[in-house]
Amino acid sequence: MRINTKIKIGNIEMKNPVAVASGTFGYGDEFEGLTDIKSLGAIVTKTITLHARVGNKPPRVTETPAGMLNSIGLENPGVERFLKEKMPSLVKFKIPIIVSIAGESTEEYAEIAKRLDSVREIDGIEINISCPNIQTNELIAQNEILTAEVVKSVKSVTKKTVITKLSPNVTNIVSIAKAAESAGTDAISLINTITAMAVDIKTRESRLGNITGGLSGPAIKPIALHMVWKVYRSVGIPIIGMGGIMDWKDALEFILCGAKAVMVGTANFVNPDAAGEIITGIENYLKSARAQDISGLVGKLRV
Amino acid sequence: MAQQIIAKIISQKEVKPGCFKMALLAPAIAKAACPGQFLHIRCGSSSDPLLRRPVSIHRIDKSSLEILYNVVGRGTEILSKKKPGGSVDIIGPLGNGFNIYENSGSVKMLVAGGMGVAPLLGLSEELKRHKTKSIVILGAKTKNHILCGKEFKKLGAEVYIATEDGSMGKKGLATDLAREIIHSKRYKWHEMCIYAAGPTGMIKTLCKLMEGCSLESQVSLEERMACGLGACLGCAVDTQAGYKRVCKDGPVFKLCDIICE
Repeated sequence: MRINTKIKIGNIEMKNPVAVASGTFGYGDEFEGLTDIKSLGAIVTKTITLHARVGNKPPRVTETPAGMLNSIGLENPGVERFLKEKMPSLVKFKIPIIVSIAGESTEEYAEIAKRLDSVREIDGIEINISCPNIQTNELIAQNEILTAEVVKSVKSVTKKTVITKLSPNVTNIVSIAKAAESAGTDAISLINTITAMAVDIKTRESRLGNITGGLSGPAIKPIALHMVWKVYRSVGIPIIGMGGIMDWKDALEFILCGAKAVMVGTANFVNPDAAGEIITGIENYLKSARAQDISGLVGKLRV
Repeated sequence: MAQQIIAKIISQKEVKPGCFKMALLAPAIAKAACPGQFLHIRCGSSSDPLLRRPVSIHRIDKSSLEILYNVVGRGTEILSKKKPGGSVDIIGPLGNGFNIYENSGSVKMLVAGGMGVAPLLGLSEELKRHKTKSIVILGAKTKNHILCGKEFKKLGAEVYIATEDGSMGKKGLATDLAREIIHSKRYKWHEMCIYAAGPTGMIKTLCKLMEGCSLESQVSLEERMACGLGACLGCAVDTQAGYKRVCKDGPVFKLCDIICE
């Protein structure tokens, strides 16, 4: 029996529903030789800002029960150096490239998106409005109006597929998702990390240089699943689910809850071939379940 | 290029209370490795503890590698319970090791604070292969914490010991001894090259000691890391050229490049 794992997010055609999440796969070449990058559904780059960012002071990562905290602070070379230095190696993998972007203002988001729009090899733009590790009082993704403004401004300057990455650090994820949908985003990805802390009682200091960080890994999977499920029932656009996906079973849980595609994040650090193994696991599951098409499983949670 | 393999455990021995030496069968990694590089080890098999642990390569043989590690948390505790014949998931060799080719004619002084000795024994072996003698300074809390003294002596290294409580060798820190040797007339200090590994405090002291001094110094740094591959930017260290990744740009750095505050 032939199985079909192809899916489409906006205009991005993915040969399978498994992508690697922003900030967890560098720009690809770091993982060469440890996994078959060409087999991935898509690669999402580390978030790019208009100008280079140095990031937060160390320590930047620490481990927590079944999870990790990070406070990298969007360290990146800026959009121009990204295009010059990182794009050439990304292109050679011949898989869809989704560039994650973050700005300090609506205009800045639009400016980066406009710059990327002229680059043919880029397939999609993920708007990161939900990084918890930058010094702002409120995340854009915590505010419906700001979320809609940023989505509209990006959409107005690019024909590329736009994915908006939402934050779990909100009271009502559905209202934010709806705001992004109304503003024209082609898809939603969720969840970003959850703002969290860890303390060293010997030194009485935070375990992170930035005091707070973002929690990821298996510890957040139940929260992420719930949010995907809630948003799936409220919007009509595709959802890309992520948060603690470690293996193919986790990925299928997200798909059954409504995710059309999934992104693998922290698992890449534990097992560089995690995404590859998830792709194989999903294919085997489809074969054994005598299911022909992965799309047939999206949102098929029995309730 | 780094590889991920399931390596067979050849031996595992507690060399001092809480300190273990493990030998792993890993021919391809051993062939590619050089002193100062590290392995990224998955200690458990569940999601808690989740992340791999970076561990220095202690010794490199034709087809095997040795690691020397202290039990400091749950990850290393799980690792210490593994038995010969079992296996462990490793990625390696990772990072940049010591550069022994610069100043090849100089006197090599190896300064080890505590577990910092781990990457330096392999370096001493490599120096011996290049017919270069090492001067080794081992510093630890007490004589019970001194590691590898015999191994270094077997390699023909000149070994000096410092203990904080004075129970063995000179009372004080490894850096006190280093200062003494550098300032003595025993060696042409301007021809000296220093390799060091140890706790942050030791690296900072060494930074001060070397200030305004043109000695070539390389230090192996430690930082918490997630991927070990240079992707996550988690293991940042502040350098003259901005933040660098301990996993990919290091773990060995030139001492003069590090910002020690």
